[in-house]
Amino acid sequence: MQIEVRGVSKRYGKVRAVGNASFSVEEGQLLVILGPSGCGKTTLLRLIAGLETVTSGTIHIAGREVTDLPPDKRNISMVFQSYALFPHLSVRENIIFGLKVRKVPGQEIERRLARVIDLLGLGDRLDSKPGELSGGMRQRVALGRAIIAEKPVTLMDEPLSNLDAKLRNSMRREICSLQRRLGIGMVYVTHDQIEAMTMADRIVLMRDGSIIQDDVPENFYEQPANTFVARFIGTPPMNIIPLCATTGGAALEPGGEILFPGIDGNRFKLGIRPENIRIAEQGRPAVVTGQEYLGSDTFIACEINGHELIVRTRGRKTMLEGTRVHLTWDPHTLCLFDAQTEQRLESLPPGRKEG
Amino acid sequence: MNPKIARHVYGWLLFAPAAIFFILFTHYPIVRSCYLSFFNNPRGVQPRRFVGLANYAYLVNDPIFWQALKNNLIYAFGTIPVTVSLAILMAVWVNRRMTGRAFVRAAYFTPTILPMIAIANIWLFFYTPGVGLFDNLLKSMGYSGRNWLGDPDTALLCLMVIAIWKDAGFFMIFYLAALQGIPKDVIEAGKIEGAGRWYFFRRVTLPLLMPTTVFVVFNALINTFRIIDHIFILTKGGPDNATELLLYYLFQTAFEFWDTAYAAVLTVVIMAILMTLALAQFKVLERRTHYQ
Ligand SMILES: Nc1ncnc2c1ncn2[C@@H]1O[C@H](COP(=O)(O)OP(=O)(O)OP(=O)(O)O)[C@@H](O)[C@H]1O
Ligand SMILES: [Mg+2]
Repeated sequence: MQIEVRGVSKRYGKVRAVGNASFSVEEGQLLVILGPSGCGKTTLLRLIAGLETVTSGTIHIAGREVTDLPPDKRNISMVFQSYALFPHLSVRENIIFGLKVRKVPGQEIERRLARVIDLLGLGDRLDSKPGELSGGMRQRVALGRAIIAEKPVTLMDEPLSNLDAKLRNSMRREICSLQRRLGIGMVYVTHDQIEAMTMADRIVLMRDGSIIQDDVPENFYEQPANTFVARFIGTPPMNIIPLCATTGGAALEPGGEILFPGIDGNRFKLGIRPENIRIAEQGRPAVVTGQEYLGSDTFIACEINGHELIVRTRGRKTMLEGTRVHLTWDPHTLCLFDAQTEQRLESLPPGRKEG
Repeated sequence: MNPKIARHVYGWLLFAPAAIFFILFTHYPIVRSCYLSFFNNPRGVQPRRFVGLANYAYLVNDPIFWQALKNNLIYAFGTIPVTVSLAILMAVWVNRRMTGRAFVRAAYFTPTILPMIAIANIWLFFYTPGVGLFDNLLKSMGYSGRNWLGDPDTALLCLMVIAIWKDAGFFMIFYLAALQGIPKDVIEAGKIEGAGRWYFFRRVTLPLLMPTTVFVVFNALINTFRIIDHIFILTKGGPDNATELLLYYLFQTAFEFWDTAYAAVLTVVIMAILMTLALAQFKVLERRTHYQ
């Protein structure tokens, strides 16, 4: 195991930035820490890096306890959100800064530098100062500085957040393939669910300093731990609507067709992804309340019993507001959440076949 | 009126008050000094007479002028490196997290807000032979005292110590601001890369402080030609011209010897030195400071 975080907490006075976080990163794995702004992602990463000291808990890197060691004794490299390049040094000097500190012999420095430059395509900018480079180039220099260290673990704090959408896409792929090729263990912080879903071998989702779910990406989509995760992952997010108690089970509206026989509707919420709902000839009656055309898809907002449901349809669809439609879905795509705790129920009570 | 012209008039009117005072008290005296430096002194009813470069010839042969220039250079190059090093040292020291940080900062800054005359009086007491602070210290250690300000060997040194004491705190403020301008993550990147305190200071902090150093060094240099208040209190240029600095010599020439013509020449020389320094500063700053 490359990194192991056990019961780590961090307090700043009264503020609890990270609370009792535990997770681990396997060798060569890319783990993404995901969560909304202010949830403690950066703090957690800085705790692993040794830039902050833990309030409680332990951190192991490569089987060695590092909880009380300074950053340079932890055998890690790090890429900062704002790149943190040395403004007065050339690209070349920035990249090899750490090697010079560690008194790596000149020949070895040249060998590694050649490789990193080749990897990142920085060849013709070696003598530029960071201030003369574009955001993407600076990003590469920061990556280069982390890679050349040849540390088994690399930490990254939202390294792409200052780039435009297009560059972000290509850099995302570059970082991923680099990580695979070099076989480094990586902890990558982001608040962008697309980055998380596309890059991660494993995702740790945080909220208010606590880890909500620690899982592989597909499970975040298909088996979210609770309504927060369900709505955080996916665009548009999962539809979550409260169920009603009706004689004989739970339905979407009082007296409506029973979806889940034999359970108390008031205690549960229903969750369904927009792409799992179809508009059909028969099914649950609904009223169209709006639509959004995105090119490849159209999101259609419908209403059932005063609750909004987004339906994702392929291509272009025009539906006037107020149109009456019928919605249908596969029962096994439904999620059931506890209305009180917001947790997802592992086993779905058997529902009636929809039609 | 044509609106374009009206706007020009408006602009000039806004500019005028500042310009008038600037011309009256800065530009006119400069031009007038240059002009006077080519004339002799009016004597009684005899009006001043054009003498060409005669006053400048006198300057070249005036041993006191050369002594003053030499003193000034010793004063500048003896104080500035020490002042700047001390300022950096103190700034780095008080920039750390520690209890009483605000108090220490204020303490270092105090000499700067005192008037030079007051400072000179304090130090006059320190230097007083027999009863002064230094002599008392020496006596308590079993050495005999000396006449610090009365001895040509030590008088200039005494003034330099005061200048260092006064300016180091002032320049510290600039360095403190510059240190706080160094991004936190750059410092942390240094930590991740394993740079020790001294290595990081040498390779990162010091180069990043360079623009401040250029600014501070030139200002200190200019100050050594401008600030002479303490000489009035402590030595009056003596003993044996040991503490004669250019501006003090100019003052004596103009207002003790009443030699207006020669004073004009000295003014021109000092002006030339200051202007060269100011221009050099702009040139260096322009070249060196474009990091971002
Ligand atoms: N040095 C500090 N002193 C006090 N509180 C802090 C400090 N650093 C972080 N916090 C608090 O800890 C919490 C978590 O902050 P953190 O920076 O880890 O969030 P984040 O998930 O990285 O957010 P973002 O996505 O905005 O970067 C916040 O409430 C923040 O105010
Ligand atoms: Mg952050």
